[in-house]
Amino acid sequence: MNTISKIIIPLFVLIIILYGVKKKVKVYDTFLEGAKEGLIMVFHITPTILAMVFAVNLFLDSNFLEGILSFAKPLFRLINIPMDILPMALLRPISGTASMAIMNQIFINFGPDSFIGRLASTLQGCTDTTIYVLALYYGSIKVTKTRYSLPVGLFADLMGIIAAFIITFIFFG
Amino acid sequence: MVNIIWAFLIFIAIVYSLLTGNIETINNGILTHATSGINLILEMMPLMILWTGIMKIADEAGLLNVFARVLNPILSKLFPSLPKEHKALGYIASNIAANMLGLGSAATPFGLRAMEELQKDNPHKDTATEAMITFLVLNTGGVTLIPTTVIALRVMSGSLNPTEIILTSILATSVSSFSGLFLDYMIRRKNK
Repeated sequence: MNTISKIIIPLFVLIIILYGVKKKVKVYDTFLEGAKEGLIMVFHITPTILAMVFAVNLFLDSNFLEGILSFAKPLFRLINIPMDILPMALLRPISGTASMAIMNQIFINFGPDSFIGRLASTLQGCTDTTIYVLALYYGSIKVTKTRYSLPVGLFADLMGIIAAFIITFIFFG
Repeated sequence: MVNIIWAFLIFIAIVYSLLTGNIETINNGILTHATSGINLILEMMPLMILWTGIMKIADEAGLLNVFARVLNPILSKLFPSLPKEHKALGYIASNIAANMLGLGSAATPFGLRAMEELQKDNPHKDTATEAMITFLVLNTGGVTLIPTTVIALRVMSGSLNPTEIILTSILATSVSSFSGLFLDYMIRRKNK
């Protein structure tokens, strides 16, 4: 598996360059042109990323999630799942780095092959950071009216999280 | 919507910190998190520029069209509002492929290019089109076949079977993507 994922990128680059040369594209000039567009793209998304990272990190600093989740503790003890998974599930749509950090902590505390370790792994793999992606992608083209994007995105996340719990139970429970 | 979330995150962060006496942390946070944002951008920037350069070659050579044509049977069902030869489809195909393989850093520039192309024939520049929403649902659903980072972290934590979560992840991500696409489809049909 590791070798496959390591060979994909080199192959991908090789195919594109070879195909470009075959089609008589001025590969170097074209690369520079595209790279310049990439630079402008980065320039455009810089305020968006800064704004989102700022807000999300402040939110994490405040420990609000841990505070509000403490009421659910008895319930989790009842079904014998360590409480630590809940903040991770709630953070997954907001920040990939934050949920990744919690997952790592779970690995350290309980081991990656424990039930909660497997559940955390599945959760991390099952969805992307919806709020960040929406902010970034819409921000880059200055779309402000996102219509039903967020509800649909969060609905998909919720279903993914529920599925992760159920599926991990079925496979490893 | 993003406006409300952004305000909500900051409001909760500051008010909750003041109430729980965490003033020190939040004060430091305000002063340092702009730097965290810039660090993230600096981390992304080299690969963003590299990939947009490489993909420009693919675009000029017509490879994006080839790519889009291969995935066309699926894409045309998902994006009925786009004509078959739409440039965005090539980028969407590349974005999904990169995401599936767990190459997040390569996926983002493709996704941003797809949005640019979709924006070109958007009559209301400040409003999301149906195609944009479907694309983002597909994207945030996180269609990952090989969760490379998770596997890497499991290896580092000494897992005896680091790849055992691939199947559960694929199943969970499928549920997530399909329910997102289903809701998106229902809303589109209702709006017609």
